[in-house]
Amino acid sequence: MGNGTELGRVRGLGSAHHGAHHWLLQRFTAVGNLVLVLFLVVSLALLPGYDFVSVRGWAQGALVATALALLIVSTFWHARLGLQVMVEDYVHTPGNRFAMILLLNLAAVGGAIFGLVSVARIAFSGAA
Amino acid sequence: MAERPIAPHLFDGPRLHWRWGPHMFVSILHRVTGDGMALVGLGVLLWWLGSLAGGEESYRSFRDAMASPLGLIVLVGLSWAFFSHMSSGIRHFVLDLGAGYELATNKIFSVVAPVAGILLTIAFWAIVLTK
Repeated sequence: MGNGTELGRVRGLGSAHHGAHHWLLQRFTAVGNLVLVLFLVVSLALLPGYDFVSVRGWAQGALVATALALLIVSTFWHARLGLQVMVEDYVHTPGNRFAMILLLNLAAVGGAIFGLVSVARIAFSGAA
Repeated sequence: MAERPIAPHLFDGPRLHWRWGPHMFVSILHRVTGDGMALVGLGVLLWWLGSLAGGEESYRSFRDAMASPLGLIVLVGLSWAFFSHMSSGIRHFVLDLGAGYELATNKIFSVVAPVAGILLTIAFWAIVLTK
């Protein structure tokens, strides 16, 4: 373990041996979520109605589709990090913990890809 | 082996070692709302986007499910979880900057965060339901 640079002193430390990396990414994605989920919530509040045509017409816009795609990446990444902490805090058996982290990674990536595919299908489905 | 206290050392016999404070409550609330949104909210998000991509009929089935009493409870719960998690998350940003650790300030922030979460939830649904 390095004792020279600041990075060398913190890398690999902490109970999960991930050092500051997990902590920083949790904050980066938290800022992303703050902006993107607020955009979603405010947009939903301002929509004229919640019928298919209104909602899909809104979701088809290029900027809205971009925001929704970013929202999926940011929220799923943030959720993966948060649920990892829950597993690390409450699942103590090494084998079970490994299995939970493995399933968590598969579910997070699978869910995020499904969300991105759905956003793309909405955006590319032509004018409603 | 000697009986040593383990962290977190919660109990002194049958008694709690500590008194409840709002900062403990808001910390637990942050975790519960976050993990709740991760497990339930992201599923609803994918259901919503998938049904929108699937066309008018699949969207109607999603809408009907969400307009049911159980669906509304889920949506209100998720919106409350979001606004609460957002408020307590902003509190975390302030703490990350090294500010807000004075006892009185910390207590005020810990009370304001969950109250703001509830007020924002009420405001959101007032806008949605009065349309």
